[in-house]
Formats: sequence, structure tokens, C-alpha cells
Amino acid sequence: MASQVIALVVNDEEREFIAKPGTSLLSGLRDSLGLTAAKRGCAQGGCGACTVLVDGKAVLSCLLAVETINGATVRTLEGVAADGQLDEVQSAFLDGFATQCGFCTPGMIMAAEALLDRNPDPGEDEVAEAISGNHCRCTGYRPIMNAIVDAARRRREARAAAGAPARVSEEVA
Amino acid sequence: MNYRLASIDKDYFADQRDERYSVIGSVVQRSDAFGHVTGRTEFFEDQAPARMLHVKMHRSQRHHARIRGIDVSAAEAVPGVVRALTHADIPNNLYTPLKLIGIGPDDEPILAEGTVRYLGEPVCAVVAETEAAAYDAAARVAVSYEDLPAVFDVEEALAPGAPVVNEYHGHNYFTYEGHHCRRLRFGDVDRALATADHVFEWRYQSSPIEQAPAETTGCIVVPQPDGRLRIHSDTQACFFTLDNTALILNTPPGKLRIVGGTVGGGFGGKVDVAVEPVACVAAMATGRPVKYVYNRYEEMQVSSPRAAERIYIKDAVMNDGRITGRQIRFYADAGAYSRHSPYAITKSAAHMPGPYTIPNVWADCHCVFTNRTPSSAMRGFGVTILDFALESQMDRIARALGADPLQLRLINAYRDGDVKAHRKVAEGTALVEVIQKAAEIVGHELPEDFRRMSSASREGA
Amino acid sequence: MAMLRGRGYASVNYPTGMNLGGDPSQALIHSTTMGNFVVSLSSVDVGQGLKTVITQCAAETLGLPCENVIIDTADTDTGPHCMGTFASRGTHRVGNAVIMAAEEARQVMLEVAAEELEVDAADLEPDGTGYIRLKGAVEKKIHVSEVALAAHFKRGRTISGRGIFLKEKSDPVPETGEMDPDSCQAHACTVADVEVDDETGEVRVLELHNVYEIGRALNPAIATQQVEGGAWMGMSHALFETTEPYYPLRDHGPASFTEYLIPGPADIPVQESVFLERPAASGPYGAKGIGEMTANPPIAAIANAIFDACGVRVDTMPFTPERVLRGLDALRSGDRAAESTSS
Repeated sequence: MASQVIALVVNDEEREFIAKPGTSLLSGLRDSLGLTAAKRGCAQGGCGACTVLVDGKAVLSCLLAVETINGATVRTLEGVAADGQLDEVQSAFLDGFATQCGFCTPGMIMAAEALLDRNPDPGEDEVAEAISGNHCRCTGYRPIMNAIVDAARRRREARAAAGAPARVSEEVA
Repeated sequence: MNYRLASIDKDYFADQRDERYSVIGSVVQRSDAFGHVTGRTEFFEDQAPARMLHVKMHRSQRHHARIRGIDVSAAEAVPGVVRALTHADIPNNLYTPLKLIGIGPDDEPILAEGTVRYLGEPVCAVVAETEAAAYDAAARVAVSYEDLPAVFDVEEALAPGAPVVNEYHGHNYFTYEGHHCRRLRFGDVDRALATADHVFEWRYQSSPIEQAPAETTGCIVVPQPDGRLRIHSDTQACFFTLDNTALILNTPPGKLRIVGGTVGGGFGGKVDVAVEPVACVAAMATGRPVKYVYNRYEEMQVSSPRAAERIYIKDAVMNDGRITGRQIRFYADAGAYSRHSPYAITKSAAHMPGPYTIPNVWADCHCVFTNRTPSSAMRGFGVTILDFALESQMDRIARALGADPLQLRLINAYRDGDVKAHRKVAEGTALVEVIQKAAEIVGHELPEDFRRMSSASREGA
Repeated sequence: MAMLRGRGYASVNYPTGMNLGGDPSQALIHSTTMGNFVVSLSSVDVGQGLKTVITQCAAETLGLPCENVIIDTADTDTGPHCMGTFASRGTHRVGNAVIMAAEEARQVMLEVAAEELEVDAADLEPDGTGYIRLKGAVEKKIHVSEVALAAHFKRGRTISGRGIFLKEKSDPVPETGEMDPDSCQAHACTVADVEVDDETGEVRVLELHNVYEIGRALNPAIATQQVEGGAWMGMSHALFETTEPYYPLRDHGPASFTEYLIPGPADIPVQESVFLERPAASGPYGAKGIGEMTANPPIAAIANAIFDACGVRVDTMPFTPERVLRGLDALRSGDRAAESTSS
């Protein structure tokens, strides 16, 4: 099979690159587009460090052949604070000392973003489930769990203050 | 800040604490956290030099075997393969990382030469244009073996007639200044055991444990215009890696430069000089940037784990709870090569008999070679599994005597001025106080005289 | 069939620094034209927070805000030697080296400030906000940026310093093991509360209570991260982890995180942590090294709690459901193996 042109909307920008069949989305992002926030921790779908959003859902980008999502909308951590302003999840991780080595952080934050997009008020069990595929060797998970719960609260309060409905949009979820 | 901090109990050691600091002791945001939450922190693998080649390894499929032949023709025929490297390509193929602090002999090849001594040992490195081609070619390297007898158990390895794992040592133990183990001799344990009210002996065992950092071990080597090599590495010890690599390459250290310092978790797994030498040889041979990074299988099964340990502890104990003698037979499973194990076993000996003042201590601490993946550093190196054994032992003694487990520890706790088995006088001790505080926070009642004990004096003991 | 609860204890110590010493680290520090202080190192931050803690040590010694300190690590072309990040040595060794370097730089900074203010350097002190002031006369002061500019362009001085920490190497006596292994010892006591399912053998850690004496918590948040993250690792070691599940056989070695089991976010215990501080004479601002020890006491505390809960003595790591269940079976069949007094 020949290589093909892959067109994706990545962090609100239209991007194209040429990929051999079977190229992972992770490789496309890192090697072809220079977006290195998503990490290669295992390339087996076992660590979650490569988690990004594809059409709003959290996926393991190391397992996803990029030709199977041609045309999709992709969001990586680079697209979360594109304007330089940290969002609620990022600032809650920062304030909550939820990072140590930082290698799992991009995947953790994207898994959290996906959770909060579909559930603005998750319980602890739901938070645990959302990051259950994300390996962290440093923190013992508690600060990360607390940060995600805190981020949900911050986002609800921000939306309430802005007069917006708490639930973002059904079509994203 | 929304982080739930540990509290600091300032009533303890209040007269020794200095409160005049402005920045020390305060919560300062981590300087790396902003980069972490925005994904901008740069790890070694985020480098993307142009025309980069990839190294993947063909590894031993035997526990212990003589290599009859290595055929790389099928590997080199894979499209995209630049070349294959064997031991003949490594200038100083034989090394041991601790030679930098005077520990020898050299006992490990960078790439196997004549013999393989564990499953997964690197035999032949393939350098290719893509990772996929490198993997494909590495799988096509054909090695013919003649199996040799293997040994996997530490006590079997030390028994007469066991197959010799590593002929550079000549026997299956590391030699400590003429002794077959690191010795600890303090007081008269035989007499303590003979005169004790009770003697307790139990055995403890662990198996190898993986450091499991989120980021695997790896490096990217970039040849520079001036002929030097810039090595982007996730090593935990930059100069240690640089100096060892220079020795292996037989090159002046000034030709190498390590750039690192930002590592996705180490836990001891990234002090082995595991990838840099081969990547540098590949970069020098091709004149192009080279990446060599472990995959998760290699990280779990090939890179050094925490050693499996077997520990026998025999204690002389009096009816009042005093431990008057402790005899320890300690076996660390180093696997096929020394790496950092000889260091750790001396550290184990220094840690014995635990944080207790025991007047008679005898220990033989063995660094044992077996035909398994060499073990090496991990968080708590030489101590973690020993603490499991020592503190299980304390609990068992307390139960056997019908004693309170914390009171038994307090009776035996080491304090300022005590002399441990290594004969260094203890200072700055605080075991008594951490036990007292732990008892308080969980509501474990201690009698008044135990609550009044202090590390600084023997009053109340 | 029941869920059985138990409590276990473990108390430990842990050495700071490479065993036997002989493991130096160096630091260089210099001021830029505008009074920022660059600390050049070759030390590695593996996530333990070294860069942050070293910033604090430099800022405290210089008497300047953390914002004035820039950490430049780790490049072997520009950073002086560091033995490495292991053996709970980073904060202690590098901290001491940076304090030594910063003291030298601080002295030059005060001398230049004294020349600018036309006072005696001994009468000056940094105020912690960026100014150097005359003791007892707070309005007589000069900003560090002005001091640095004067040093560069008027006085021809480098505001800089060099630091190294080395604990001289000790050699063990081969016959006896006599040696001087460490710079200081940190201490900990962990209490574990567990629940054992006597039908499945599964152990759940409900609570971990951690008391640590660490000399000085240079940054209490980062110290807490070490203690509670390490306690999780200890729990993981205790209950799950092995690369060779049938050791000493090499079969069935895990090759991925779907096979190498560790506790996930739904398996974590409640943790409570307390620090005590008995400053170490050799430590930077009294600090001891605690990065490694935090995984140690939970293991035995959990083993002891399992015994307390169900009477099974687990002497082989990890404490898998199979091992607990075999122990329970042995108890039920009346084979109370060797757990009463021996001898």
C-alpha cells in the first residue's frame, strides 16, 4: 500500500501530512506535525501517556492508525492553553501539586478534559475510571484525582459566573 | 493552592529548629509544573534532528549458551537498514559501570561476545532509517547457540558444582576484599543466641521488581560539526554516563557532551549506561543522528530490575523484649553481571541490623550471580526488601512474646550515642519520636514511660 | 466468608547519600547584568523536584526572591560535576554545594552594594524582596539589579561563587564491616490498615498513616509528594509487583502494563502524613534525603496488617491473593506453620 495524505483538524488548525499505512496518530502528531506534548510511554496502549481527543473522545493515539481517522478533529494538550491562559484542569493540576516528573501529565489532562466535557460534576469513582488507563509512577494518583475534582468545580463556577449552562454540549459527549 | 499537605509537628525537637528562614520551609510552586501542564516540558525524545536513524537490538533467546555464529545477512537485506553492529564494533566491549569508583572486574560485554548469560542479553544492534525497519531487521538476525547449563536460584548458585555464570568472576559470587560476601561482625552472636530466652529464625523472599518509569530509558545522539557527539539522554547521572561511555568508546571524554536533566521518572532504572554506548557507536559509524530507546518490553524484562532477595534472620530475644543478638544471611540475586549490585550489598550490610541497638550482630551478605537479567539500582537500593524482612521480624517477635509491637520497637530503638554494627556512633536519631507520633495519630496507647522516651537520652528507657 | 480488618506497623531509618560517601556534587553561580543569579549544575531532576528545592536554597542564601534564581541543568559542557540523582543524595549534596556557592556570591554582592552605598559591607543585608539594605536604616537601600549593573560596568567585579560538597570516602574493614556509610539518617513509622477478603485472598489497603522525620522540609509540598507517592509505590510492591511471577523460574514475565500489575486510581488508600524535623548538622538548612525511603515502611506494615487481619504470615513478596489464600487454607487445615514461639 502506498502512503497517503492525511488531513486533520488539529487544535483548530487544518493540517496535512503524508503517512505510511499503519502510522499511528501519535507518530503523526509527534514526528510529522511536531506536536510533542503527547508522549510515547509504551506504544502498547498500556500507559495512557499518548492520550489525545479525537472528535471529543479520549483515545490512545499510539494504537490508532492515522488513516482510519482521516478528516477527524484532534485536540492535544498544545491546543488546551493555546492563548497562553491555563484552563481549569491545567490550573488545578498546577495548584494541586498533581505533577512530579510530568511525563504522564499530558495524557492525564487530556483524559480529564474528555471526562469533564461529558460530565461536569464527576464523582470520585468516575474520575478514577477516566484515568484508569493512565500510568503514573510518581504521585500515587491522589493529587491527580483531587485536581480533576477541583477542576470540575472551577469550571462549573466559571460557567455559572458567565451565565452559561453547566453541561457544555450533548453532541460533544 | 489546593494541595493537601502533610502537617509539621513543631513540638518535636522544638529547641533544635531554626525558624528564621524566609524561603526555606515554605511551599513554593514547582518550577517545572507550568511546563508539565502545558506539555512544553522537553524530554529527550522530544528532540527531532533531521535524518535521524534508529537502533533496535537483537537479544539472546537463551539463558546461558555459547554463541556458535551470528548471521546478519538477512537483517542487512531489509530495506532501510544501514548496518548491523556486533561486539567487534565496540572499541572496549567489556566493562562494568562502577569501575569509576574502583569496583571491578570488568565483567559485562556491551554486545555479547562468545557467550550469552541471560535471556534478553543484547547480541546485535541494527541501525535503520525507520523504527519499523530496525525492528524487522533485528528479528532477522540469526544466532546459532550451544546451550550451557543455567542456574536461577541464589543458594543453588553458591552450591558446589553449580554452573559458573560469569567466568570473569570465576565463581557465582562477588568477592569483597578476599571474602565471598560482605561481612558484618559485631559482638558475639553465638553467645547471645546461647544465652537468650528465645531464639526466632524466619526466612523472607522477594522477586525482581521493575522501576516502571513513565518514560523508558533512551537517548538521541547528534554528531556535531566539530566531530563531538551531543547526547540527549534521560540518564540519572550525566557525568557518570559520559565517563563510562567514553571508556567504552575508547574516546577522549571531551569528545562527548550529555544534555539531560529532565527525566520522566527514574527510580534507579536510569543509572546503568544502557543505551548511550551503542547509540554513540552507531552515530560515529554513520555520521548521522541516532535514537536508541527501550520499548516497554525491554524496560520490563531486559533493563535491570530491583534484585530478588532471600533473607534469613535469626534473633536472640529476652523475655523483656530486648533483642540481644541478630544473625542475618542475606542473598541478593545480581543476575548475570555486577552492574551496581556489589555497591548495594555493602549498603545492605551498613543498614543491618535495622534501626535498633543490638549488641551482637553477625551478617554474611552475598552478591550472587545467576542466569537472569542483571539487577541493579532501584529506589531504596539494598534496603527496601531488607526493611520488609526486618520489620516483619519485629512484628513476629512481638506476637511471639505477646508484646505490644510499638513498645517492642521502642525498647530496642537506636538513640544518640549508640553504636551500630558498623561502629559509627549514632547522632541525630529520631526513631523513638516517629513511633511516638504514629502511635498518637492512630490512637495506639503507649504507657507514660514510653511516651516520655527520647532519642536524645536514655531517660525513660 | 468475611472481610477481615487488620493494622500493622513498621518503623525504619534510611541513610542520606551514596553509601560510604565519595560522591561529590558541584555548583557554580553567577549574577547576570540585571541581578538574576544563574545556578549552573549537571544534576538531574527525575521529578523529585530538585530544581525547585535548589532554587529555594539559592534564594534563601542570597536573600533574594526565588524569581531571581535561574537553574541551568544538566549540560556537561556548562554544568560542573554531579555524581547523579540516586541514593537520596540530590537535595543534600547539591543543596550544600549551592549554599556554598551562593554564600560566596552573596559576599561579593554585599561588597559591591557597600561600595555603591558608601557603607561597610558587614552592615548590609538583603531584605528578601530584591533590595540590599542598611541594617537598622531601612530607607538606605539599593536594588540587586543596580548592584549587578555596577559590578559589571563600574566596578569590574563578578558576582559569582563556587560550591562543592564531598563526604570523604570510607572504606569498610573487610573482616568486620566497620565503616562510615552515611551523612545522616531519616526516620519513618508507617501504620497500615488493611482489609483481607478471606474468600478471594485479596488485600485492600484502606489507610496509610505516615510519620517522617526528615531533618527539614525545605518545601513541604514537594516533601509530601515524595512521602505519599512513595507510600503508593510501597503498597504496589507489597501487593502486586514482580517481573518474574514464578521466581526463580523466568516464565510468564510481564511485557506491558496490562501484565505488570500496579494499583490504579481506584485502588488507592486514604493517606495521612506528618513531618517531624530534627535538623541534620550536615544537611542544607538541616534537610535529610527522603526520596527513596518512602516506599520501604509500607511493605512490612502491610504484611503485618495482613497477619493482624487473618493470621496469615506473608514472608514472600508480593502478597498476592494466591499466597494469602494458600495461607488461609493452611490455617483452616490446622497447619499453623511455625508462627508460635520457636526454639
